Amino acid sequence: MPTDRDDYEQLRKAVRSLCARYPEEYWRKLDRDRAYPEDFVQELTEAGFLGALIPEEYGGGGLGMGEACAILEEINRSGANAAACHAQMYTMGTLLRHGSEEQKRRWLPGIAEGRLRLQAFAVTEPDAGSDTTRISTRARRVDGGYRISGKKIFISRVEHSDLMILLARTTPLEEVEKKTRGLSAFLVDLREAGDAIRVRPVDTMMNHATTELFIDDLEVPEENLIGEEGRGFHHILSGMNAERILLASESVGDAYYFVDRATRYAGERIVFDRPIGKNQGVQFPIARAYVQARAAAAVRDEAVALYDAQEPCGPEANMCKLLASEAAWEAANAALDTFGGYGFAEEYGIERKFREARLYVVAPVSNNMVLSYVGQHVLGMPRSF
Amino acid sequence: MNILVCVKRVPDTETRVRIAEDGQSIDPSGVKYVVSPYDEFAVEAALRTKEALGEGEVAVVSLGGEDSQETLRSGLAMGADRGVLLKGEVTMDGLATAKTLAAHVEEEGPDLVLLGVKAVDDDQQQVGPMLATLLGRPCVTGVAEFEMKDGTAVCRREVEGGVEVVEVDLPAVITVTKGPFEPRYASLKGIMAAKRKPLDTKEVEVPASSLEVKALEPPPEKAEGRIVGEGPDAVPELVRLLREEAKVL
Ligand SMILES: Cc1cc2nc3c(=O)[nH]c(=O)nc-3n(C[C@H](O)[C@H](O)[C@H](O)COP(=O)(O)OP(=O)(O)OC[C@H]3O[C@@H](n4cnc5c(N)ncnc54)[C@H](O)[C@@H]3O)c2cc1C
Repeated sequence: MPTDRDDYEQLRKAVRSLCARYPEEYWRKLDRDRAYPEDFVQELTEAGFLGALIPEEYGGGGLGMGEACAILEEINRSGANAAACHAQMYTMGTLLRHGSEEQKRRWLPGIAEGRLRLQAFAVTEPDAGSDTTRISTRARRVDGGYRISGKKIFISRVEHSDLMILLARTTPLEEVEKKTRGLSAFLVDLREAGDAIRVRPVDTMMNHATTELFIDDLEVPEENLIGEEGRGFHHILSGMNAERILLASESVGDAYYFVDRATRYAGERIVFDRPIGKNQGVQFPIARAYVQARAAAAVRDEAVALYDAQEPCGPEANMCKLLASEAAWEAANAALDTFGGYGFAEEYGIERKFREARLYVVAPVSNNMVLSYVGQHVLGMPRSF
Repeated sequence: MNILVCVKRVPDTETRVRIAEDGQSIDPSGVKYVVSPYDEFAVEAALRTKEALGEGEVAVVSLGGEDSQETLRSGLAMGADRGVLLKGEVTMDGLATAKTLAAHVEEEGPDLVLLGVKAVDDDQQQVGPMLATLLGRPCVTGVAEFEMKDGTAVCRREVEGGVEVVEVDLPAVITVTKGPFEPRYASLKGIMAAKRKPLDTKEVEVPASSLEVKALEPPPEKAEGRIVGEGPDAVPELVRLLREEAKVL
């Protein structure tokens, strides 16, 4: 089946071959045990794919956003779940763009090699979800660094990370001129955190290794502050466009996965003496999902081109995230309908992907927030809340 | 030890092939091309041999158009050291291809030439043995696995009901079939490195084809199944139909 125009066929093919070694049974077992795909992540790391965005001078692949998107899209299209490790690709962006040369030399080569996993990013709090500036985790200056206390929720892959980027308030909300000020980004070495961070898994409807963090007097040395104190919100913001474009690519991959599977099944399943795909009621939803996946991929490609040209890409990054997550969801429903009862049977993989694909409508930013961004910042309408 | 692997660009086996309007070729639009899978086995075998010996060079060569550079890059991304594009027309005539490759092999003089046992587009299985004959080299075909021992290649061929072990002195030509080793996928580093590896282009004269494709036809549509009857009673009729209609008994 044709997909979006393809400049990265070799990369895609390599990722497909790697993923083919991890068939549906592998993912099904992990899903049942709520276990981490350690072998898969290890192999992906060793083959260098997760270091794609790290510049060559720090030991990474030195590739652009387009290649990184192709990698994640292909992983999810193959039936695997990139969520287990996608953050290893982009969490380092904050460090890369705002860290000092010394910090970059210290951490990036290890991250590129996979020796160090930096794939946890702690922003969300129980009392501050979509409204990030309301976070109350507090970092106080002490001799030689900071002491941090607070609570975080839905922080994924902490148990599978050596390092974590943490957003905390260094100046209380009441004392700042703008609410986006007074927040700071820290690189936390989880291996040294000891009892200062308690990690409690949050069981979710899919296998996602997400957790709640109780942070109590965590000491972070001065040299682990990334960028300027008080500018943390802006420092992580620039990485969010990358995150949105990359996760949109996973959703595009999910959408194609469902379309591929549904198309094949619709051609094979005979009911009333004809392949079910001969019925418009089966065929059209699949075709529509494909059209939507292509449209999402096209806007994603627009975002990629702007991102790689280092031009502002906020609108495109947000829009492709919305389009792709909805295309994936639409495709997931079309596939579930096409498979009928078998779609619900674990053996077919559809129900697992169905649960996994749904996340991106809500995270890392809910589509409502995308719409309010577009309404306000693209169309110039009044702030809706 | 220097190994030269011949690779061919072919339509992806998963592509749905359509016959072009001339009725003599396939319609290239929308067709995805890949390295012929048996050639990938050959590249894998070459790389394993080099790794086992700890020395040597693996080069990939392809006869074809500009597009075949992509095919060569795939080989380079897997780990081959350099590539050579023999720019010329590929025809149905295996002998014309073999002659063109032979001229290049004479020039390079590799110790070992590897090819896939067949290209999956025309399935002719001619080029390997013809190339060996033209070069006056011994040829072992359909090798699943081989190993170098004191300058000899010890080849395992899977034959009906068993394994045949053949030893061949170098220089030789070996055609490779599916064996115990999956071809490796390219790592990101491999793909990046491939961009910097030498890839030369050489214009070649391919001898005129002495074969002509007259017509291509799609395979007949599979007829609908027929239920002859049920239980032991149906057996005689089934046997009669298999013998008289399907002519398979
Ligand atoms: C599996 C999983 C993994 C996650 N991983 C991470 C992680 O690694 N790190 C991290 O920091 N966070 C993570 N998150 C958190 C995620 O980013 C948040 O759940 C998300 O940003 C939404 O915040 P919330 O859950 O508090 O929802 P809320 O902010 O409470 O919103 C609830 C609903 O109200 C709507 N809403 C709220 N305000 C408005 C408004 N003004 N206008 C219109 N609608 C509105 C929202 O769209 C949403 O539908 C994860 C979440 C999940 C489920």
